[in-house]
Amino acid sequence: MKAVVTVIGKDKPGIIAKVSAMLAENAVNIEDISQTILSGNFTMLMYTDISKSALPLAALGDGLKKLGEEIGVSIHIQHEDIFNAMHKI
Amino acid sequence: MLSKKEIFETIDMVAKEHLDVRTITMGVSLIPCIRESAKKTADACYDRICFFAKDIVKTAEDLEKEYGIPIVNKRVSITPASLLTANFPGQETVLARRLDEAAKEVGVDFLGGYSALVPKGMTSYEKSFIESIPEALAITDRVCSSVNVGSSKAGINLDAVALMGNIVKKTAERTRETDGFGCAKLVVFCNAVEDNPFMAGAFHGVGEAEKVINVGVSGPGVVHYALKNNPDADIAEIAEIIKKTAFKITRAGQLIATEASRRLQAEFGIVDLSLAPTPVMGDSVAHILEEIGLERVGTHGTTACLALLNDAVKKGGVMASSKVGGLSGAFIPVSEDYGMIEGARSGELTLNKLEAMTAVCSVGIDMVAIPGDTPDTTIAAIIADEAAIGMINNKTTAVRVIPVPGKGVGDFVEFGGLLGRAPVMAVQKASAEKFIRRGGKIPAPIHSNKN
Repeated sequence: MKAVVTVIGKDKPGIIAKVSAMLAENAVNIEDISQTILSGNFTMLMYTDISKSALPLAALGDGLKKLGEEIGVSIHIQHEDIFNAMHKI
Repeated sequence: MLSKKEIFETIDMVAKEHLDVRTITMGVSLIPCIRESAKKTADACYDRICFFAKDIVKTAEDLEKEYGIPIVNKRVSITPASLLTANFPGQETVLARRLDEAAKEVGVDFLGGYSALVPKGMTSYEKSFIESIPEALAITDRVCSSVNVGSSKAGINLDAVALMGNIVKKTAERTRETDGFGCAKLVVFCNAVEDNPFMAGAFHGVGEAEKVINVGVSGPGVVHYALKNNPDADIAEIAEIIKKTAFKITRAGQLIATEASRRLQAEFGIVDLSLAPTPVMGDSVAHILEEIGLERVGTHGTTACLALLNDAVKKGGVMASSKVGGLSGAFIPVSEDYGMIEGARSGELTLNKLEAMTAVCSVGIDMVAIPGDTPDTTIAAIIADEAAIGMINNKTTAVRVIPVPGKGVGDFVEFGGLLGRAPVMAVQKASAEKFIRRGGKIPAPIHSNKN
């Protein structure tokens, strides 16, 4: 099962490290990653494989949300089907 | 592979443009719960609702987290209750109370289907049931009621229309301390649909399966935003933009509907292609019309813009969903739409203009506060006019007006939450009493003879 992680917020050192550490802890594999910084705003996209994840998607989302609150950015993880449904025929 | 632009478009729709799934509604057949007494029937209904719908809230919350799309309301609709209470006329509110308890037990915000369908005729037990509505809405918090008084096939039951004018008035009086809030939970329909997921008019028709999931999508903010980004588009391009946006919104609804049905082991009923506003800024159908080029909703041109919007939403949505149903169209509830509230307050949006608008959209005169001293025959006549528009145009129309006790034109009434706030709007002064008191049925229109 594939999921998309998005991180949006003010740039600071260690965002990628902290997010990827949490994903690694739960056996979530990052398949692709991209990030940009636009006038101080950090946006990151990760394609992940959560088939082997220790936690179900909803719980993983709760954990990432909490992490986001700690480091002051907004983090979401969403099943890729929502994007496929909305943007692919 | 998905592009970054596509992913952030979805993220922005949720974060900035109020994209959400407005409701997941589980329809439950309660026909097997009919017993010989009020208490036994009510208990059987309670048990069955609690059993069927026990996981609806948890499932919706899981889906919300997994797909990142807010699911605002979780609801239950039931078999029209007038069919369940035939054995115990006079004791219908025993069932109403138990339905309210069931709604609270499973955690849904509303339960719809305290309803009667009387477009062609009214039995004695249906009349007794309808007379129980004011009490039922006053003693319950989450039960919603609707009555179908006409159809394109059967015509309009003017006796039922007259009765409902009186029932609306009584419901307002009975809930006087909350500014007639009971009326916000009561809809009078023509051509009511059996698979509507939206409240207050949802019920689970007898032609439906045992347990069904119907989903209502939303997204006026998303459409508004898309139009804002194209300020110089001509009107055909506007229609195209709305279609494309409606497609995306509906696909999200379709995905949630399919997945919710699977997890709840229910049949996937329909996706209702709707633009349902909320009272918050940036989630208004009126603002879409104003973005198209009206200084204020309600002015000349409003009906044309709304017709275009409604049609484009359906065209975009139909391709996005495998099963379309419910009311499907743009909603124009006054108190629930920031722009409509402003339109009404400024005087541009009047009851008469709203009536014209209902000829081209879904559904009707919705969440409109009117003076508390409006005669019940005038309310009945408002219902008759709406029903006539529905009957002749083969569409669903409805009336949900609140004659606010003790308030008059210019006053404001606050319902709170998604039901919003509304200025009390003026009604026509001249009487329609003689027309309403004639009674009987308005015959079915010529185009009902299709066989």
